[in-house]
Formats: sequence, C-alpha cells, structure tokens
Amino acid sequence: MLDLTPKEITERKALRINPCKTCQPAGALYCALGVHKCMPHSHGSQGCISYHRSVLSRHFKEPAIATTSSFSEGACVFGGGSNVKTAVKNIFDIYDPDIIACHTTCLSETIGDDLNTYIQQMDIPEGKLVVHCNTPSYVGSHINGFFNMMAGFIEYLAEKSETCNGKTGIFPGFVNPGDMREMKKIAGLLKADYIMFPDTSGVMDAPITGRYDMYPKGGTKISEIRGLGAVRKVVALGEITEQEPCMVLKRKTGVDSDILPLPIGIANTDEYVMALARLTHAEVPYVLEEERGQIVDIMLDASAHLFGKKAAIYGDPDTVLGIASLVLEMGMIPKYMLTGTPIESFNKKAAALLEKYGVADQCTVKANGDLFELHQWIKNETVDVLIGTTYGKQIAKAEDIPLVRAGFPVLDRHAHALQPIVGYKGALRLVEMILNAILDKQDRVCADEDLEIVL
Amino acid sequence: MQERDKLLDKYAAKVFKNRKDHIVQLEQEGVPQEITANSRSVPGLMVNRGCCYAGCKGVVLGPLHDVVTITHGPIGCGFYSWGTRRNKAKAEDGRNFIQYCFSTDMQESDIVFGGEKKLKQAIEEAVELFHPACVMICSTCPIGLIGDDIQAVADWAKTTFDIQCVAFSCEGYRGVSQSAGHHIANNGLMKHIIGSGDAVPHYGKHTINILGEYNIGGDGWETSRVLKRIGYEVRNVFTGDGSYEGIKDSHIADLNLVMCHRSINYIAEMMKTKFGIDWLKVNFIGIEETIRSLREIAMYFDDPIITAKTEEVIADEYAAIAGDMGFYKEKLTGKTAGIFTGGSRTHHYQALLNDLGIKTVIGGYEFAHRDEYEGREVIPNIKLDADNKNIEEITVSKDEAKYRLIIDRERFEELKDKIELEEYKGMFRDMGAGTITVDDFNHYETEKVIEMFKPDIFYSGIKDKYVILKAGIPSRQLHSYDYSGPYSCFQGALNFARDSYMAIYAPAWGLISAPWKTTSTLMGKIGGEK
Repeated sequence: MLDLTPKEITERKALRINPCKTCQPAGALYCALGVHKCMPHSHGSQGCISYHRSVLSRHFKEPAIATTSSFSEGACVFGGGSNVKTAVKNIFDIYDPDIIACHTTCLSETIGDDLNTYIQQMDIPEGKLVVHCNTPSYVGSHINGFFNMMAGFIEYLAEKSETCNGKTGIFPGFVNPGDMREMKKIAGLLKADYIMFPDTSGVMDAPITGRYDMYPKGGTKISEIRGLGAVRKVVALGEITEQEPCMVLKRKTGVDSDILPLPIGIANTDEYVMALARLTHAEVPYVLEEERGQIVDIMLDASAHLFGKKAAIYGDPDTVLGIASLVLEMGMIPKYMLTGTPIESFNKKAAALLEKYGVADQCTVKANGDLFELHQWIKNETVDVLIGTTYGKQIAKAEDIPLVRAGFPVLDRHAHALQPIVGYKGALRLVEMILNAILDKQDRVCADEDLEIVL
Repeated sequence: MQERDKLLDKYAAKVFKNRKDHIVQLEQEGVPQEITANSRSVPGLMVNRGCCYAGCKGVVLGPLHDVVTITHGPIGCGFYSWGTRRNKAKAEDGRNFIQYCFSTDMQESDIVFGGEKKLKQAIEEAVELFHPACVMICSTCPIGLIGDDIQAVADWAKTTFDIQCVAFSCEGYRGVSQSAGHHIANNGLMKHIIGSGDAVPHYGKHTINILGEYNIGGDGWETSRVLKRIGYEVRNVFTGDGSYEGIKDSHIADLNLVMCHRSINYIAEMMKTKFGIDWLKVNFIGIEETIRSLREIAMYFDDPIITAKTEEVIADEYAAIAGDMGFYKEKLTGKTAGIFTGGSRTHHYQALLNDLGIKTVIGGYEFAHRDEYEGREVIPNIKLDADNKNIEEITVSKDEAKYRLIIDRERFEELKDKIELEEYKGMFRDMGAGTITVDDFNHYETEKVIEMFKPDIFYSGIKDKYVILKAGIPSRQLHSYDYSGPYSCFQGALNFARDSYMAIYAPAWGLISAPWKTTSTLMGKIGGEK
C-alpha cells in the first residue's frame, strides 16, 4: 500500500498528491441541504453536482438532492444565463421547493457568469425564493464553500430588526447531523430558544418510513434564517468556518456573534455551555454536569493507556483543532495536525493550542497540506493513532497504525454521521474510539504472554 | 393511460417535448423502437449523468495502474475520482498509482495567469518522485476556458523527460455526458499508445484482449481466470487493472472481446482498421450469456482443443455453483426489477436476472447512444448534433507492419451470421412487451417508475440508492457493486444472486413499521364497565 511514497521529503510547489480537501461547491451543497425545503443548485456542468451528490451520499448514506445548470460547450461561450433560468423554472415546476440555493463552480466563475443579475431577471413564482453564492473551486476548499453558502443565505434573507426575538442563533460549523443534534440537546438543556443554521439533522439522517420524502422534516426554515437578524446573539462554532457568516450577519443586521471553537473535548464544550448559559441565564442542569463528570472520570481511568501517545490528526481545520484539544486533554501529543484547507489562521490557532500544553516543539502543523506529505512525516517519525477521514486508511494500512474515523468524509463506515463527536457525549465517544483503536492494536501485535485479560 | 404517458404527464410543454422521445415503452417483446439518446440534458432536471472528465479520467484512464494521471484543474475533480470507482488493480512490482490522486490543484492566480507553468512543474515533480514511464494529463472545465495548451505541455514532457506523455482535453462541459470522455480517452490511447510497443504475435496461442472491462469488484480478474482456464492468453484488459506497458503491445492480440460497447467501441473499430483485429461483442454477466460468449469465442478460433476445453470448463464452473444458484433462483423467481446504469450494464444484467427468474420491467441508461438500445444497425442513421460534433473523430489507417488477419474473410462473413462478430444487437431485443426504458433518467422519473411498477428490487447508483431504499425498495449499486463482487462469469453470478437475495430478504425490512402505528396501546375500561 502506497509503496511509491518515499520517506525523503522533497518540496512540491505544483503537484498535489492525495489531497485533504475538496472543492467549494461540495460544502455549499451540504450547507444548502441544511435548509428546509431547499433545492441546492449547481451552476456548472453536470459532472460537478454528480460528484458532490455522490460524495455526500457516500458519507451520510442518505440521498443528497441537487440540480444543475447542465452547461454545454455553447453555454460556456454564450454564458449560462439561459441555462439557469430554464433550470429554475423546471425545478419549481417539477420538484416544488420553497427555495433554490445556487452556487457557482470553477466553470461559471471562470467565464464570469453573474448569478446576481440572472436571478434578478428570473420569473420566480410567488412566494418562492432563489438565492446564490459564489463558490469558485480554485479558491479555498469545501469549507469555504460551506461558509460562503451560509453567507449567501444570510445576505439574501436575514432581516435587520429593531426588536429582539429573544432567540439565540447557533451556527454549528461543518459537522455531522449527529453533532448538530448534540449541540441542540445542550442548547435545550440550557433553556435556549435557538435557531440553528444550517441544520442537516432530520435531513441527512432522516429515518426510513417506507415513503420517500424529497424534503424531509429537518432543516432550518426560511423564516428562521430571516429571524437571524433579530436574535440576541449568535453562538458560532468553528473559529475558522464561522468568521465569514458572522461578519456578514453583523454587517447586514448588526447581530453580534461569539465565535467559539467546535465543542470537541471538555474545554471547548465547556466554552459552548458557558456561552449559552451567559445568554440564557439558565443554571446548567445536573444532567449535563453528570455527563461532564462521567467523561472526565473515563479520561482519568483511561489516561494510563493514552498518556504520551502520539496522534496524527487531519481533516477540516476546525475539526482538527477540536480533536487536537481533546487529545491534549488526555495527555496525548497531537504530533501532526494537518488540514488541506488553505486558511493560514489554522496554523496560528494550532500553535497557540500546542503552546498552552507546552508541546509545540514536538508537533508539526500545516494548513494547505496533503496526505502524501502527512504519510512522509509519519514515515520519518511514526504515531500511535491516526484520527481523520477515510482517506487516511491507506496510510493506516501501509504503516499499521490504527485509524479513528472522524470528520469529513468518512466513506467506508455506517452510522458515524448520526453520532456526535461534539459535546460531552461526543468526547466520550471519541475517547472510546481512540482507546479501542490503540488497545486493539496492542492486543493484536503483542506476544501471547503479554496479552492482558484485564486492564 | 400507459405508464409512459403517466411518466410524462407532469412535465410542462417544453420539457415534455424533450423527454417524450427519451422514454420508450416497448409494444412488442424484443422489437426495438426508436429512442432519442446522447443529447443534451434539460437544465434543472436532477439527472444522474456525470461529465466528460468523469468518462475520460474516471472511467477509461483511471484504471491504468502504472500511469501517473494528473488532473489539471482545481482540486475537486481529482479528489472525487480518487478510489471511488472500485476499478481494482494489483501491481506485482509495487508500482501501483491507483492508490494515489494527482492534481495541479489550480488556484485563482493560475486561472488568471494560466496554468501551463504549474502543469509543467507538476509533471517535473511527479517524474522526480516516481519515475513513471507514462504521464497522462486530464483537463477539467477551466483549463479549456483559459486556453492552457496541454498538448504542447505533453510534447514538452516527452522530450524533456524521455517519457510517454498524453494530454486529454476532457473538460467537463464537452459533449453531453461521460460518453464524450470515453471517446476522447479512446482517441488518445489509440493515437499514442496502442500498438506503440514492439512485441510480436504469439502465433497459435489464441491471444485476446478484453475491451470495456474496468475490473469493478474484480470482474476482469474473474473473467480472465475463466478464459485462461480454457487456454486463451489474455493479453490486455482495457482498462481494468490495465497498464501502459501492456496496452502498448495490445496489437498482438488475435481477437478483441468487447464488454462495454459504449465506452470502447471506438478502440475496437480502430484496432480493426489499423491492425486487422476482429472484435466480438461478449457478455460475461449472467450464466447463459457467459456460456454463449465462451462458445462464440471458441467458434471464432475453431480449434478442437479449445472447443472441447470450453465445454469442459463450462460444465465444471457451472457444476460448482449449480446447487447454490438453485437455492437463490427458488427464492428470487417471479420477482421484478428495475435497472438504471450508465451505458451497458442495464442490458448485461438483464441476462443475469433472467437466469434467476427475475423479470426486468424498468431499464435505463445515463449516457448510452441509440445503438445500445436499438442495435448497431442504426448507427448510419444517427444524426450528430452540435454538442457531439465537437468531439473529435479520428481516423486511422492500416499499419502494414502490424496488420494481420486471423481468419480468412470468407469465414469471417460466415461467422458474422452466427455470432455477435462486429455486431451489437442492443438492449431492446432482450426486453419484454410493456417494459419501460428511460434514457438520461432523472430523479423525478426514477421516483415515478418505482411508484408505478413497484419493482421488488432496483439496481442503480449511489445518487439514487438511498432514495430507493427510503421508498422501501431494496437497492443495489451496479456501478460499485456496493463493495462486493466480482459479478462476472459463474462464480460472479453466484455472488450477485447472494447479494440480491440478501437485499430483498434483509430481516430489517420487516421492522420499518413501528408496532404502535398499527396496534393501540390505550388500555382502560369503558365507562360503567366493572
């Protein structure tokens, strides 16, 4: 496996090998699926959305609906205006969504198609909406696409308001529906009346009923996105992912945000809980305190098996930062922290986190990296566990390192998207997964006389 | 109202006008009717089609395991075509590039100032790191728009590094589907690689190539195993677990077998013109079809040893699965199925379903041409539209040094009447009256045909799979085989039977409805009761 990867690291300026990111439109699609009765629409050639729908379906094991402007060579020359106008008419006729959320592609961006103008020229049925955002695939990653689509919805829909609706906005970041449910559970326990945006729970984890619903029950309602302009404050989770949407919301409606790390690990979850408690003035209920105590208990119990163990963590920037925080809390070393997303603030935040635990000099951090390079690092100095997406399984196999799947995409397992890695419950799950992965390997490779029955 | 009319009923005039010619409900069993295919999709319809790049890099070139295939464009396209198609490959020498994804990961400044420099640099870095004998370049949408001359870069790479380098301008907007990409890939392989080696024919060995076999789930390996048992020398599989080093010398084959007609018939035809190699349409999906194919190959070579061995292998392979197949057939007979695939499997799998007593009532293709539905005889009547005219048609001429005929032309003509030699009869001839066929099927039509026909199982791809399951219909992917396979030949048929049985008989189907939906939980006494 990966036999051609040399140990010796040479500088690459042009060749990306085994990426740790994908392109903007995939993130835009995921965001739009978190809006109720929304049809995501890709303004590009058919292949783009075919790929994006496939990767989301493979990750969530759920339908990922979306339409396309089906660019042909002619549309590239004359512009895609007529395509998108025809598309929008057909979408409302046939699929009857309440809103269409268009995103662009590298194709339509390169020819300079102006969706803003096209939308103004469209014949949109009464009561229906069309919004858009720009997601050039040659800038950033799927993370940029996700936050650009959020910003697009906010730009079009959020309404400035003189009166506060008493609600709290929650921006969950690029996470699974299982995570969103956990965030909402915590918000509910703190008596927050909240608007989560986007919210793919109830959409990308919808139950089977024997009847297919193109628009399942979940998703943020249009009225709720409008209402984001009247919330008390937004608690935005994901320090890198949420900058842009929070800025746009502030500019458009004056609403402030608390931008926090993804609530992965104890300290980050504590921050989330505290932020909500400050807003709602609710007492933190015992049930949450109990959850917290349980996981800290387990962390101390398991500490002996994990202390000093080294992890390579890779994936989306906020996810990597969050998991690194949890790993540090267990006394482990996040030896390598890598994201493919080219957002440099990742490096600073990672460095600050590592500094806090005094392990910065033992760790390597990189934004805009790839898995080929991560593998080379590991060949030079190995780790005890890999934590990240499915694509790390090649390295795991090549180097016989246990892999804990977390983040996006996880294409080769089931049920993961319904389970949290955020909150105290999520921390418990991650700790269990990491512990099992490391101990399973230990059991597999140890001498017979060293096989422990009790730990 | 016929099902076809109901399917079209919801469409407004313009969409109706377009879609009506793509949907055929057969009036008579096995009698082809005209269908419109390989034309532009209607914007806004949730179609399943991919793009030209997907057909070129994803399907045809991706499986070549000893080639560094660099996707020239932003990161997405390369990322999505990395390890997602299950075209399995082994490399004995450990030089397996299938596990890797190579991209120039174009950034905004590259789009503005041009990406040729970055592409050259990327090739240089790939050569330094891996020393490949062959590099391929596949363009994505923006490349054609900004005008990067990838052909010139390929020429530069050839001379600079003394390697083979082939550029494919397979931007996603070209053509109307993956089909354009197949054609572009076929052209590039034919122009630059096929026949460029200097191997000499192995006379008397009965050497064959399998074309249009991408080794999904190991199909190509299973088919090769059976063919080798009979005594054939399997020269090259195009392109499943294929290699640049191998296909260079694919001209020494005596016969080309064609599995996926859609994606590779261009190469089959051009190899015929250039090297004299005849081609035979085969189908190793389904027991009856495998037997037919094996017998037709034997008829072509007309070698008594091979003919005898063919029967021996058929008997032996069949005996090994007969018992289990009997069980599955008993469980599956009488069921109905729908199949939506790319451009050949819908036909191939009907044969296998037939072996199991399952009737296919719904069929459809994403990117087939009329010949896949109606048979090759319609090819002269197909009018090319603007989208298709833009795809280059190359012509090849006889290579005097490498051209050879294996059987004399009199016998060739004689055989043509008996076997599918240079012929493909199309899918309609194997479909029943009243069955519906949808070209360039979309989400709405998929939902609707399921609702109308209520098939017991539906075979499609990842984008539909969970839609179908949600509707309570068992679903299996026929592009990726849901991480199972192989499905080819005899053992493969058994795998497929097991997987279909498993899909239909999964106990959890019985759990969908919660008990409180059907049984009252209210307990109590009616007033006055004691």
